[in-house]
Amino acid sequence: MTRLRALLCLLLTCAALPGAAQEAVRRFGPEDAPTLLVLRTTTDIASFAPTVEAFLATRPDIALRYEQWGSNDLYALTAADCAADRPGADVVISSGVHQMVDLVNDHCAAPRISPETTALPDLLRWRDEIWGISREPAVMVYNRRLVPPGDVPRTRFDLLDLLRNREDIYGGKVATYDIEESGLGFLFAFMDSQEASTFGALMEAFARSGAVATCCSAEIIDGVARGDYLIAYNVLGSYAQQQADRNSDLGIAAPEDYTLVLSRAAILPGRAPSVAAGAFLDFILSPQGQLAMTASHLNISASALTRNAETGSEDSRSRLIPLKPPLLVAMDRMKAARFVARWRDAFGN
Amino acid sequence: MADRPFATLSLTARMAAGLVALLLVAGLVLALASFAYGRAAAQDAFDRLLIGAANDIAASVSVIDGAPVVDLPLSAFELLALAPEDRIAYQVRGVDGTILTGHADLPAAPRPARGADDTLFFDADFTAEPARFIRVTRRFAERSLSGTVEIVVGQTLRARRELAYDITRRALVALAGGGVALLALTLLVVRSALRPLDRLAEALAARDPQDLTPIATGAPRELAVMVSAMNGFMDRLERQFGAMRGLISDTAHQLRTPVAALRAQADLAASEPDPERRDRLVARIHRRSVSLGRLLDQMLSRALVVHRLDSARRERLDLRDVTLDIVESGDHQLLAPGVEIRLDIGDEPVMVRADALSLGEAAKNLLGNALLHGRGPVSVGAEIRDDGARLFVQDAGPGPAPELRARLGDRFVHSAAASGQSSGLGLSIARSVAEAYGGHLRMEDRPDGFRISIVLDADPGETP
Repeated sequence: MTRLRALLCLLLTCAALPGAAQEAVRRFGPEDAPTLLVLRTTTDIASFAPTVEAFLATRPDIALRYEQWGSNDLYALTAADCAADRPGADVVISSGVHQMVDLVNDHCAAPRISPETTALPDLLRWRDEIWGISREPAVMVYNRRLVPPGDVPRTRFDLLDLLRNREDIYGGKVATYDIEESGLGFLFAFMDSQEASTFGALMEAFARSGAVATCCSAEIIDGVARGDYLIAYNVLGSYAQQQADRNSDLGIAAPEDYTLVLSRAAILPGRAPSVAAGAFLDFILSPQGQLAMTASHLNISASALTRNAETGSEDSRSRLIPLKPPLLVAMDRMKAARFVARWRDAFGN
Repeated sequence: MADRPFATLSLTARMAAGLVALLLVAGLVLALASFAYGRAAAQDAFDRLLIGAANDIAASVSVIDGAPVVDLPLSAFELLALAPEDRIAYQVRGVDGTILTGHADLPAAPRPARGADDTLFFDADFTAEPARFIRVTRRFAERSLSGTVEIVVGQTLRARRELAYDITRRALVALAGGGVALLALTLLVVRSALRPLDRLAEALAARDPQDLTPIATGAPRELAVMVSAMNGFMDRLERQFGAMRGLISDTAHQLRTPVAALRAQADLAASEPDPERRDRLVARIHRRSVSLGRLLDQMLSRALVVHRLDSARRERLDLRDVTLDIVESGDHQLLAPGVEIRLDIGDEPVMVRADALSLGEAAKNLLGNALLHGRGPVSVGAEIRDDGARLFVQDAGPGPAPELRARLGDRFVHSAAASGQSSGLGLSIARSVAEAYGGHLRMEDRPDGFRISIVLDADPGETP
C-alpha cells in the first residue's frame, strides 16, 4: 500500500471521509445460499439490479450483498482494506476508473484470466487485474422546453459560443460536476484537459458566465429537468438516458468534436479472487450480461444519443478512457491539487 | 576387451557423434549466451524508458513561491506504459527530503559513491513484486530555493522478462534451425570425406587375388599414406613371390642334373660286380653328395637372405662381431678341415646398420668360396676405411680368373653350377646383401693374395 489515506483527503479535500457509510445496501438472492458475494460499486442499485438478478438466476447457490458507495469513499475503503490485508468486497466496480487503476498499481487486485476477460479490447484491460465492463459516454443534457433547437450545442465549440454570445440567457444556467466532490467529475474534467485545448477556453467561459459546479448526476439532471439549469456539461450518459426515458423535457447531446466514453472498471480485491467473484465478472462480460447492462443504459453508443448521427463515425469521435497506467497522473496529489485549484479559480468558490 | 565396441565403431558414427556432441555443447553455450544477452538487452531497453520518464518528471519540477512544484507529465507515464503490463512507482522528494508527491514508502536508493553520476539504477521490491528503479536528481540554485530535488521512478519487471525470454526464444529458434542445418551439412561432409575410403575398399574388393600391382586409385593425402604402405606391402609380397618362384626354378634347374648323375652312378655302382671299381663309384657318389649338400645350403641361405632383406629390421651392429661369430661357429671345418682361419680385427668398432644374420650368411658364403677355391691361409676381418666399413675375406691364392670376375655375382654361373662347384651363388648372395644395405662388393688383388670385401656405409652412431 503506497497511497496514504491522508493523501486522498488532501487530494479531494474531503473532510468527512473516514467512517463514511455506503449510500445504499440491498441483498439479492436466496437467504440460504451457501455463498455470499459482496459487491461494492458506485453504480445505482436500480441501474445494475437487472444485471445482478440475471446473474443470480444462473447461479441459485449465490446470494449477493450490493453496497452502493460514492467513488471517493469506495476508493478509500478498498485501499484501506488492501493496506490492512483484510477481506472486504469480492468485487469492486467503480466509475472512478483512475482510482481503480491506482488500486491495481498498488497490488490491491487479484488477476483473472478467462475467455470473457481476454475477449476485452486491450484498452479496457490491464495486467488482467482490471476490466472495463460498460460503455457510458459523457454527454451534455439540456432542457428541451427552455433551450430552442437552434441553441442545442452539438460540440464544445457550440457551448463556448453560447456562453460567449448568449450570456444573458445561459449565464449561471450551465452546470457541471463539482470535481472536488465527484471522482467521476474530476476524471472527466481531467481527461478533457488532456484531450483538447478547448478545455482551457471552456473553463474560462464557465468562470466568466458564472457556471455552476455541483454534486452528483441525479442532482444535476433534476436541475435541468426543473429548469434551474438549461444545460449540463459532462454528465454520465447512462444516468441521463434513464432520466430522459421518464422525462421527455430532457434532451441529450453527445459532443461531436469528441465524446469521452467511460468504461466502468471492475476489480477483484485481494490476493486471489473467490470463485463466485470470477463467475460474476465472467457473467458481466458475457453477451448475456452485456445485454442486461445495455437494457439498463449502461452500454450506450455515443452515436445513438446524437440526432445527427450522420456527422462523423463513432470511432473517430469516441475517446474511450483507457484503463492504463497513464491514468495514475490523475491520482498524483500535486497534479490533482493544482488541477483542482485551477478549477476552483474558474468557479470562484 | 571392453573397448572393442568403440574400436570397431564406424568412422561415420565417430565423426557424427563427435560433431553432434560439439554442436550440443556449442548450442548450450550459445543458448546461455543468448539468454544473458536477452536479459542485458531487455534491461538496457527498459532502463532507457526509466531514464526518459524520470527526466520527464525532473523537467516538470518548477519553483513557485520558493517551493518546488511537480506538474507530473502524462508523457512520462505514456513512456512507462510502453511496458504495458508493469506497475509504476514514483516519488519526488524536495530539497529537505520530504516527499512532494508520489508513493510514500518506496525503498530507499542506495547512496551513490561520492563524485559518481547522480543517475542511479537499483533493484528493489515494489509491493511484493521485484522492480527496477532509477533515481535522478535535479539541482536548483534559485534565490528562493537551493538544493537538490530527487526523483525516483520504478517499474516492475514483466515486460523486461518477456522481452528477455522473447529474445532468447528467437535466438534459440534460429539456433535450432542453424543446428539442424549444420547437422545435415555435417553428415553430408562426413559422408563425402569418407567416400575415398569407400572407393578404396571397393577397388580392393574388386581386385583379383593374384593381382599385386600397386593400387592406382587416387586418394586424399591422409589415405595416400595407407595406400602407399599397402602398395609397398604388395610390392614386397610380389618380390617375395618372385624370389620364391626363382628359388623353385633354380632349385629345379640346379638339382635336376646332379641328382640325375647321382642316380646314374648309384645304378652303376649297384650293378658293378668288381668291388674295387664299385668303391671308386661310391667315393664319387659321396663327393657329389657333399657338393650337392653345399649347393642346397647355399640355395637355402640365399632364400633366407632374400627373405630377410625385405622383412628384417636393420640394427646397429659391429662387423667385428659378425666375423667373430663366423669363426667361432666353426662351420668351415666341415668344408675344409684343417685349414687355418685367421681373425683380422682391430680395437676400433666397425659399426654399420644392417641385419646381422644376412651379413653373416653373406660372409659365410665368401669364406666358403675362399676355402674351396683359394689357398690358405684364409683370414676373415672387419675394418674401417675411407670408403666405409668393410667385412673382408682374404686368401693367399690369385683369385678368380678375370673373365669370371666380370660375371661374378650373377644369380648363378652355369658352368660352376654344372660342375657342382657353385661359387657364383655365394657371390650372388653376398652381392645381394651388400646392395640391400646400400653397399657393394669389392675385389682386390694384394701382394699377399686375393681379398673380397663387403663395403657398407659406416654408422658411427648418434653419440660420439
